[in-house]
Amino acid sequence: MIKFRLEERAKSPYWLIILSPFIAILVAIILAGILIVLAGANPFESYYQLIIGAFGSKNSFAETLARATPIILTGLAASIAFRAKFWNIGAEGQLYFGALATTLFGTGLVVLPSILMIPFLFIMGALAGGLLLLPLVLLKLYYKVDEVVTTLLLNFVVVLLVSYLLEGPWKDPMSLGWPQGKSVIDDGVLPQILSKTRLHLGFIISIFFAFSVWFILSKTVIGYRIKSVGLNAAAASHAGVPIFKTVLIVALLSGGMAGMAGVTETAGLKGYLTLDLSPGFGYAGIAVAMLANLNPIGVIFSGVFLASIYVGADAMSRAMNVPTYLADVIVALTVLCILLSLVFVHYKILFFGVKKND
Amino acid sequence: MTTLLKVEKITKKFGDFYANDQISFEVNKSEVLAILGENGAGKTTLMNILFGHYTPDAGTVNFEGHAIEFGNTNNAIKLGIGMVHQHFTLAENLTVLENIIIGRQSIFSLSLPKRQARVKILELSKKFGLPIDPDELVANLSVSEKQRIEILKTLFLDCKLLILDEPTAALTPQETDALFSTIRNMIETGLSVILISHKLNEILAVSDRIIVLRNGSSVGEIDTHSADREKIAEMIVGKKIDYPQKKKIPRKSKVLSLVDVSYNKTDAPKLSKVNLDLYSGQILGIAGVAGNGQTTLAKILSGHFKPTQGKIVFNKAKRVHTSPKSFMDLGVAYIPEDRNSDGIVGDMEIWENAIMTEMDDSYLRNSLGIINKKASVGRSENLCETYDVRMQSIRQRSRLLSGGNVQKLLLGRWLMRKPKIIIACQPTRGLDEGAIASIQNLLLKAQQNGSAIILISEDLDELLTMSDDISVMYKGMLSDPTETSSTDKLSIGLRMAGDGFL
Repeated sequence: MIKFRLEERAKSPYWLIILSPFIAILVAIILAGILIVLAGANPFESYYQLIIGAFGSKNSFAETLARATPIILTGLAASIAFRAKFWNIGAEGQLYFGALATTLFGTGLVVLPSILMIPFLFIMGALAGGLLLLPLVLLKLYYKVDEVVTTLLLNFVVVLLVSYLLEGPWKDPMSLGWPQGKSVIDDGVLPQILSKTRLHLGFIISIFFAFSVWFILSKTVIGYRIKSVGLNAAAASHAGVPIFKTVLIVALLSGGMAGMAGVTETAGLKGYLTLDLSPGFGYAGIAVAMLANLNPIGVIFSGVFLASIYVGADAMSRAMNVPTYLADVIVALTVLCILLSLVFVHYKILFFGVKKND
Repeated sequence: MTTLLKVEKITKKFGDFYANDQISFEVNKSEVLAILGENGAGKTTLMNILFGHYTPDAGTVNFEGHAIEFGNTNNAIKLGIGMVHQHFTLAENLTVLENIIIGRQSIFSLSLPKRQARVKILELSKKFGLPIDPDELVANLSVSEKQRIEILKTLFLDCKLLILDEPTAALTPQETDALFSTIRNMIETGLSVILISHKLNEILAVSDRIIVLRNGSSVGEIDTHSADREKIAEMIVGKKIDYPQKKKIPRKSKVLSLVDVSYNKTDAPKLSKVNLDLYSGQILGIAGVAGNGQTTLAKILSGHFKPTQGKIVFNKAKRVHTSPKSFMDLGVAYIPEDRNSDGIVGDMEIWENAIMTEMDDSYLRNSLGIINKKASVGRSENLCETYDVRMQSIRQRSRLLSGGNVQKLLLGRWLMRKPKIIIACQPTRGLDEGAIASIQNLLLKAQQNGSAIILISEDLDELLTMSDDISVMYKGMLSDPTETSSTDKLSIGLRMAGDGFL
């Protein structure tokens, strides 16, 4: 019988740290390949179709990046929060709150030239996302109410609120009965950045925020405080780090990022608020953040990766007649494999045989 | 005498670092062998090898003539080796009885053989003087009671050699005595004990033989009855120790008063009507058995807790806002009791920890809040040099520092700010002789520079050498201070047990 145990590495080799996410993705793809075989298709051809579907043409490439836009922002939301061990699972609700703000201010209430209107909408969206999180973070700080529960449950409340507004008071009379909001005014719409595609300015903005968040987290006092609070809040507090203020800032930044994802979708991709604005971008953000090991720059890549799986899986599904749900399976497997790979990065495995009793 | 355990040339490397280098020793039947050494000398690594947690790179271990199979804890247990770790491994929500017998059952068995186990446990408990209630929940037990359960757990498995890793670290003097009498009982019945510690007095009191480790190698073996305390201390540290010399300086101004301060919330032990005056240049020692309110007092003095009644008066400040930051700005430095969980952020680098109190300093950050890394690293290097924090690199994670170096880093961080008041909670607990001397010398130097120091300690020797005056805490009450020169261990000990309190 072979037995094994884990022993912590004093120092992890660099090649392993760099290589491990790729190996993890490879393993996930192989495992998902088994499912594709079970679904009755050729896995190699299926993956070929997936890659073509995600990157094979200008249009599909643009579609992938457009899909990545909100996921990068919600991924940043999760990265900031999780670094401070503030478990914000509510990016989905905050995204919709950002979208509500965009609809409230962007459909005629405020009229500004484009150069001001777009930043204005992003600020309003970020404020809306942050404000939604504010009561929850106060509940946590004053009464120690677990934020995992409150942020998660509030998602459903917000989605129902959106549903109520779109079926009732905010329903666009021109929508031929569809539950959708009024269109964002022309000056508020995010311009296309690649002609004849759906790729809009939001993608550039999300990249900009990824670098901003990276800068804040790694170069500033705020980022330093967030890190210390996340790693050991008690010690940070003993050294004079203001815990209350830091967690509050984390929540506002995190909620703000998610709120802006609502802006890019409403004012960029669709032009108006709908009930299916986000097919779970808020939750995808958590997977993206985990894949990137909470690194904001890494979020750009993991966001594009996740988006390519989703966009490519649609093409694969059409070409090979396999279910699109495979995309979810691949993403889930990748996250699991990445988490597992972290074990191998930090520990080495020692095998040892057991002597027979003779 | 029969040899029970024979360790030969054990070597264990972590990377390029030799945690154990060619260590050999023997343990005889009915013997207490003490293994002494500074933190990081390799004691715990060695025991983890014996108990099967680690696999050594070279060497052999024989137990009653059988070679131990490395890396297999079950094998060690089967042979008769038991280990009580420094941090206990008990399930809080199970009873004492369940904790002792659990883990010996197949996970598929549906019932626990409680009846026979109970008989055996009560028998062992009586035989070795380890009183327990088998049906009590472990969560309700004190530290020393939990330790008894851990010892019983090993005895229940018929261990012949018990390894105790820093068993007295969290015990009061009385509990320590009780533990030692248990150890003596065990020896009389033919068991052997390996005791790992860095507390010299205790080792001298209970062991038969002493092995000293330094930097992973064995540097000497001594019979306890012929041992000389100072010589062993020097063997442990590897150089002459600079024992602190207390100098009294004249009292100047009053820097802090507590007036009838009480605390009655449920999150910490209560305080009732504590009065205290502190003068610059004074070291006020506070003695007491752990859990009598010392931690609460320290948290109030450092701005973590707001008193429910009474007031805190600082020298000049009129109104005091309760937060660690505002107390810091008033010149308070606070060395928490648990330096690893409340002191440093273990996963941050040394330089990041070194500047944590200094984030308002415009030299280390600009007005936009961007950290000047070069200046920060420079400042940290300076701190580590001034206060002799030994490390491999300023960029290394702080958790890799030894306890003494962590404490020097924390104390240094405060001393750089020239604090008016230092609240030091158990500043030398768990440290080795050399580090204890450095920390005490640093505190005395701060006193010479005019800092007022409140020294909360359970170590009476430390209080008597360091303090100008000593107060005692008992059930949340604080006695009036007595001058150190006119008191002694006996009278402090009596007051610690409640004598003289209403």
